[in-house]
Amino acid sequence: MKPASFDFLCPDTLEEALAALSQGGPEARVIAGGQSLVPMLNMRLARPALLVDIMRLEALRRIETSGDEISVGAGVRQAELETWTSLGRDLPLLAAVFPWIGHVQTRSRGTVCGSIAHADPSAELPLSLVTLGGWVSLRGHKQKRRVKADDFFIGMMATDLAEGEMIEAVHFPRARPGSGYAFREVGRRHGDFAIVACAAVADERGLRLGIAGVDDRPRVFSLPPLDDSQFDDAINDIAWSLNARDDFHASARYRRDLVRSLGRETLKEASRCRA
Amino acid sequence: MPRMNATRRHPVNFTLNGRAVSVEVENRMLLSDLLRHEIGLTGTHVGCEHGVCGACTVQIDGRPARACLTLAQQVRGSDVRTVEALSPNPAELSPLQAAFRRHHGLQCGFCTPGILMSLDTLLRETPDADRDEIREHLTGHLCRCTGYASIIEAALAAADELRKEEKTNA
Repeated sequence: MKPASFDFLCPDTLEEALAALSQGGPEARVIAGGQSLVPMLNMRLARPALLVDIMRLEALRRIETSGDEISVGAGVRQAELETWTSLGRDLPLLAAVFPWIGHVQTRSRGTVCGSIAHADPSAELPLSLVTLGGWVSLRGHKQKRRVKADDFFIGMMATDLAEGEMIEAVHFPRARPGSGYAFREVGRRHGDFAIVACAAVADERGLRLGIAGVDDRPRVFSLPPLDDSQFDDAINDIAWSLNARDDFHASARYRRDLVRSLGRETLKEASRCRA
Repeated sequence: MPRMNATRRHPVNFTLNGRAVSVEVENRMLLSDLLRHEIGLTGTHVGCEHGVCGACTVQIDGRPARACLTLAQQVRGSDVRTVEALSPNPAELSPLQAAFRRHHGLQCGFCTPGILMSLDTLLRETPDADRDEIREHLTGHLCRCTGYASIIEAALAAADELRKEEKTNA
């Protein structure tokens, strides 16, 4: 299990990185923390001709707050956001989610944007970004665009990222007073990828329930404020609308069951936190 | 910095266990292989090579990290510490290592170097780490011999000892 050979570029400027990615086309990949990409290289599931290491680009290594948004640059490691002093106040959902993302030993190197780019359907960071209604900033050699997280994930480890583009930052909406957040996950072992993970937001507009591990990408559902008798039917409808499949970790039926129980718990907890 | 061609070796400089190291590596060389095969520090063990087992855990800039998920080129300018750096001299174990021996924190020893490097970071940062924090750090490691209970006991004992040591030094 050794990576196949590749050229390596460690650019000093973003322009240099973007030019190399645009020239390299589909054979060029960005490497940041490497915690998703290096396993793919080791197993030769990925065989890029060029890796562009972006960790020396200081401009990408910032967490910035502007207005109602927290922007996390492509070079910010998960551990850096996890220990960011305003996390509990501004991103309480992420504060609850972080202990579930990999392990201490992978969060120390892995980046937030790297997990978004990898787009594993059971990963916690894509789920959080979609549930909160966040955005992804994409940067190409000549163009720049911003995509809604829900439109960015298009399938199993597939994203809207075009050839020659890279993620420059992701943007999480800042928590507003009077909103409630909750997260629950079931996996084989703590730190494994989730069999099912649910994240919920409750605010004055109603409820949002995000679900990872069931469909081929994280899915989010908006619900009106529900009274107790309506909860179970609403979540049951959601469970059946997801494209659950059997695999060797769990059956489709078990996954739907987890959506029902975790979905109910997270929605209730988020509603309680709001109150 | 110019593009580094896949067919050649390229220099990488970093600090390893307190000493400056300068080596030439292929781009695809993993840190785990660099340590073991090029530099000859075989204390870092390699189990799964895809980040699951934790045997290859080392410290990069003071943080525990998987050497098998790190390209050698990614540690340019970093401070890398391996299990070889733990004991003060070849005849003496560090307090954490001694506690592992006392409490039977290892049997076959394959997973031990990685676990030691994770716990070493934890205990340096949180000298009063409790059972839960120790367990949290151990979730990143697989041990098929001990059942983990003796590892946790060893870590708690080491934490105790390190706190006492700190008090005497203070």
